[in-house]
Amino acid sequence: MDVMPKWAEVILVPLISLLLAAALSALVILAIGEDPVAAVKMMVTGALGSTYGWGYTLYYATNFMFTGLAVAIAFHARLFNIGGEGQAMLGGLGVALACLYIPWPHWSLALIGAAVMAGLFGAVWAAIPAWLQAKRGSHIVITTIMFNFIAAALLNYVLVNLLRPRGQMDPATARFPEATNLPTLHELLAPLGIEFSKSAPANVSFLVAVAACFVLWVLIWRTRLGYEIRAYGHSESAAKYAGISPVRITMIAMIISGALAGMMAINNVMGEAERLVLNSTEGAGFIGIAVALMGRSHPLGVFFSAILFGFLYQGGAELALWTSIPRELIVVIQALVILFTGALDNMVRMPLERFFLMVRTPPKPERKPVEPAE
Amino acid sequence: MDYMTLIQLLDSTVRLATPLLLACLAGLFSERAGIFDIGLEGKMLAAAFFSAAVASLTGSVWIGLLAGIAASMSLAALHGVASITFRGNQLISGVAINFLAAGLTVLIAQDWFSQGGRTPSLMGGARFEGITLPGADAIADVPVIGPLYAELISGHSILVYMAFAAVPLTWWLLYRTRFGLRLRAVGENPAAVDTAGVSVVGLRYAAVAICGVLCGIAGAYLSTALQAGFVKDMSAGRGFIALAALIFAKWRPWYALWATLLFGLFGALETRPDVIENVIGFKVQGQLLGALPYLMTVVILAGFVGKAIPPRAGGEPYVKER
Repeated sequence: MDVMPKWAEVILVPLISLLLAAALSALVILAIGEDPVAAVKMMVTGALGSTYGWGYTLYYATNFMFTGLAVAIAFHARLFNIGGEGQAMLGGLGVALACLYIPWPHWSLALIGAAVMAGLFGAVWAAIPAWLQAKRGSHIVITTIMFNFIAAALLNYVLVNLLRPRGQMDPATARFPEATNLPTLHELLAPLGIEFSKSAPANVSFLVAVAACFVLWVLIWRTRLGYEIRAYGHSESAAKYAGISPVRITMIAMIISGALAGMMAINNVMGEAERLVLNSTEGAGFIGIAVALMGRSHPLGVFFSAILFGFLYQGGAELALWTSIPRELIVVIQALVILFTGALDNMVRMPLERFFLMVRTPPKPERKPVEPAE
Repeated sequence: MDYMTLIQLLDSTVRLATPLLLACLAGLFSERAGIFDIGLEGKMLAAAFFSAAVASLTGSVWIGLLAGIAASMSLAALHGVASITFRGNQLISGVAINFLAAGLTVLIAQDWFSQGGRTPSLMGGARFEGITLPGADAIADVPVIGPLYAELISGHSILVYMAFAAVPLTWWLLYRTRFGLRLRAVGENPAAVDTAGVSVVGLRYAAVAICGVLCGIAGAYLSTALQAGFVKDMSAGRGFIALAALIFAKWRPWYALWATLLFGLFGALETRPDVIENVIGFKVQGQLLGALPYLMTVVILAGFVGKAIPPRAGGEPYVKER
């Protein structure tokens, strides 16, 4: 039934899409009069050449792992959660409330508490569109887009009117107490004798994100619930026939998705900024779409593509710093990746399928000489 | 609130509703033909940049408008190739187009003008100026009708009148022509259209192209009429408000006019918090007004107040043989 071998499906198709996106990006860089080779070199040294660069790359990658997994689990149930941005904003609110109003004795407890709050807030923000989709048939893409804007307005209101300390001008919460500050990779690796940059923001949330990748892999491929989610995603009618409730799966998949997107806040809000500011998500919710598409919605794929996008973000920041190439180059690359791995998937796939059909030698039916009956 | 304040408020309502209306009608053509388009935002943004950039380079706003339409139509063509020819996911294609426009406009603006992702301010012939309708000055002093005509109806740029004229035109095209009938049919049941020997692909490309033209005008309006020049991310979610208005309008042209005027009014009120306080007696948070179009759309989508039923074949690529 499968036209292509599995390795082509898993590796070749995303690789070609990525190469197409990279080639076009190189053309864009050429068109604005810069040297693509020098740009790539600068990105590599800037993002991977030092532990400082790695610290930023892994910090961004942590954000993208959470949002990428959020989009991926929804994709498995054939739901397009475009609302990761809003869910991550609400997650930030949950983290802020947990850190500001609960006196935590130690960062490890604070991390657990904040992660639960972040997940809860994100899950609630995803559960409303999920319920509207499951029960009222409203298109989840549209409602999650609307909820992004509503979340932005809500956060703006809360920060300006409720959480902003007296006398402070910028709309942000107070600094979180010392006890909630997460250890950075520098502090985690120092006891092991590994030197890691002190000023890079990568922190213990990276390990949480990696653990989330593994847990989600177990959930999707090794549990009954994961099977039900995948079955529902493949065919709603077949899933219904097998006794799987569409309402239940839609709700559960979106709640997990929203919780994951919300949990991103333990990295950017609790780990890095240590207070909640406006626009703390910086579009990471949308990058999750590109990450999930490139990772083929598989947790391992999400892991690698999150690191790739972390590299692009840190490298892009370096480019903007040292050359006249603005940071928006990364947005263009991100758009091209979404375009080629998502929307133009068939453009890559169709010729490949034709190629594999051509070269495939049909397996020879093994013919046993029929013994004449005695 | 006195009469002049009301006129001023409605005047800015019209100004703010115009780009929404154009983008909403753009989405209407596309979605009525069965192609979901969440890339309205990106197309508007690209058109806003290219019209301002070309207008500032050539000094002619009309050449700028054409450049904006061309930019918007190229993105529309990309959407068409991805979602019609290669049967890709229309939503993902729309997301990609939004990012492509957001990134490329700043990148090119920086390369061309080196002003931190903006174009130079447009002056004189590089902008659409307000048009004084005949007789506006003459009757401006007549009570009630005078200000209404001179302030509210007269004095807008040509694009505003084009946008309002597009509403009956769209209605006529969709409901009174053979093309319109086929366009609506292709969004409901493409197989039936195909059986009748009409090209589904052709019709859908036509719809996407019209969508591109209208988004182009909407974007050009933003940078050459509403404001004088392009700034980074200047579409500021208007494409999504237009999408909300489209749902609010239940994919119908006249309703689209009322929906966008209503959302335009919210936008106008957001800048005049004193007016609301005077009229209803208490303060309304600006953030609430900003979020109101989205909240109302969610309520409508949920079917609590009237049901918005999208075109049946929307979002589904058409596969000929099955």
